[in-house]
Amino acid sequence: MDYILQQSLNALQLGSIYALIALGYTMVYGILTMINFAHGDLFMVGAFFCFIVATFLKLSFIPTLLISMIGVALLGVAIERVAYRPLRQAPRVSAVITALGVGILLESVMLVIFPYPQSVPTLLPNITWTIGGVTISLLQVIIICLSIGLMLLLDFIVRRTMVGMAMRAISWDKVIVPLMGVPLNLIISVTFALGTSLGAAAGVMYSQAFPVIDPYMGVLIGWKAFISAVVGGIGNIRGAMIGGFILGAVEIMVVAFFPSTYRDFVAFTLLLVLLIFRPYGILGQPRPQKV
Amino acid sequence: MKKGLLLFSLLIIASFLVSACAGAGGGNVIKVGGIGELTGDIPAVGASFKNAAEMAVANINNAGGLEVGGKKYQIQLIIEDNAGKADQSASAAQKLITQNNVVAIIGPNASRYAIPAAEIAESEKVMLISPWSTNPRTTLVGDTDTPKKYVFRACFIDPFQGRVVAKFAMENLGAKKAAVLYDVASDYNKGIAEFFKQTFEEIGGQVVAFETYTTGDKDFNAQLTKIKETDPDVVFLPNYYSEVPLQIQQAHRLGITVPFLGSDSWGSGELITLCGSDCEGYFFSTHYAPDNASPEAVKFIEAYKAKYGSTPDDVAALTYDAFGLLWQALQTAGKVDRQAVRDAMATIPKFDGVTGTMKFEEGSGDPIKSAVILQVKGDSFVFYANANP
Repeated sequence: MDYILQQSLNALQLGSIYALIALGYTMVYGILTMINFAHGDLFMVGAFFCFIVATFLKLSFIPTLLISMIGVALLGVAIERVAYRPLRQAPRVSAVITALGVGILLESVMLVIFPYPQSVPTLLPNITWTIGGVTISLLQVIIICLSIGLMLLLDFIVRRTMVGMAMRAISWDKVIVPLMGVPLNLIISVTFALGTSLGAAAGVMYSQAFPVIDPYMGVLIGWKAFISAVVGGIGNIRGAMIGGFILGAVEIMVVAFFPSTYRDFVAFTLLLVLLIFRPYGILGQPRPQKV
Repeated sequence: MKKGLLLFSLLIIASFLVSACAGAGGGNVIKVGGIGELTGDIPAVGASFKNAAEMAVANINNAGGLEVGGKKYQIQLIIEDNAGKADQSASAAQKLITQNNVVAIIGPNASRYAIPAAEIAESEKVMLISPWSTNPRTTLVGDTDTPKKYVFRACFIDPFQGRVVAKFAMENLGAKKAAVLYDVASDYNKGIAEFFKQTFEEIGGQVVAFETYTTGDKDFNAQLTKIKETDPDVVFLPNYYSEVPLQIQQAHRLGITVPFLGSDSWGSGELITLCGSDCEGYFFSTHYAPDNASPEAVKFIEAYKAKYGSTPDDVAALTYDAFGLLWQALQTAGKVDRQAVRDAMATIPKFDGVTGTMKFEEGSGDPIKSAVILQVKGDSFVFYANANP
């Protein structure tokens, strides 16, 4: 029983990281129907921001988190402005290729600055509690609570504020809605800022939990978060959260009860089967193209 | 237009001829190729490799060159980066052999890059010496047990290392139950984990957990929670220096307090930087102990320190030895010829290197040499025990 609880805690921790990153993919897709493949690398940049701020400015956790989120949000907005906006009318495949290129650019720039894996200083006290055989660390609690808090905040912004309403309207129709006076470019920039800052938050927490970071760290986890977004129904915000937690839980539970070599095999077979029965993801809705 | 094209192609053909001549004749220059992990996931390995390689070549060139068959040759070193990728390793080997026309190749270091490069060297009949690749398959043809003819190494192999660590765990640490966590996607880690398991069970121990992950994973909580459940006496982590700190830190956070053991992939100064105090007191097997070195090795260590400002790690020492082996093979062969150098290398009776004495026998590219066990203490690795073959 303790064992299952401990593994569930591990699953929650991994799932909340996946979910936070998946949100960035899904938000951009929702508004631009474009997959921002550079998002995993923006997560990596978030982790490096954390490293730089914590090492050279020696700030504590909350300021580090905020600076990283703002820094990466600005970077995300700049990338959209420079690389994606000129291609908005181009074939969608051009934008996807550009996104891949931006990702490689970010990796390479980081590789030039930090060729070696770096060790991130610990910003949170190393406190662990043992409750009936289950070990819980302060870090795990913070990661899980902060992720869920950020997701609730995002959900609130999208569903209850004017900006959120504008975002949903633009994702519904990009031609008519701007004619009603909704500033298209501004709303798209806000979407990028929100999505990438969540990715940065995930990067900061990730680099606290796993304090050895390198420029390629975003590749694998970016793919997994993207899969989470697809499983949840890409374009759907609550779906991305659910998808992240599902992928995290499946990965951990496979390791918990089968030989760990089967992890990716079982996890991704399950996801494939799921997509056969729900091709638009768990919460996704089919969007028929009107001719 | 047509004339221009003709002229252009003539020019290209001419330049090919010129470069081919330069490659084959080359005056008094011997071209040696190097392949290192200069970028990618283990750049510290590539950096040590490059430092030691440049030092080994500079030593020869500054002394007026290498005397082969009564003639002095300067050495030209051409280092290629494999970017930590298996396919780039193979293409780098191909390029060095066909374009640069090198007499032999030193590197790559990690087994997952050395194996593909070794396949190329073998089929092109050019000698390749890997300084640091300990997986047995590097010097074997395909999946068979027949040895490659043109591939050698300067280090011991994983079965030996797995055996050394397993014996150490049982005899010195008194462990009865061991757990292993390793990267199943990497040849080196997988090989050594399996040999450890085999030996540990042979000598009466029990491997209670044999868990895996894949390259790039950072979250090992699930596997470590499972390991904790099985209550081992010791945990063996035959993984690279960039991953081990994460594994040990997460294990500590989960409340695993038993000793951790490692293999030669721990032996980079980066391990201590990344690990902090978490790795204090743990053991790993490796190729040489800088603080327990022969006079010859001390000379190398001092020179390396003076030039690069750090103690040479095992990659640097083995790279230096790999070049030393090549010089000896060239001198024994008495001529700059790929086949003759290979033949001389295969039967080197005795070579006194930085990492100890080794010898080669026809029929295997693996040297016969011993290993050491080091302990992490403060910010350095300290000699703990010797382990003979």
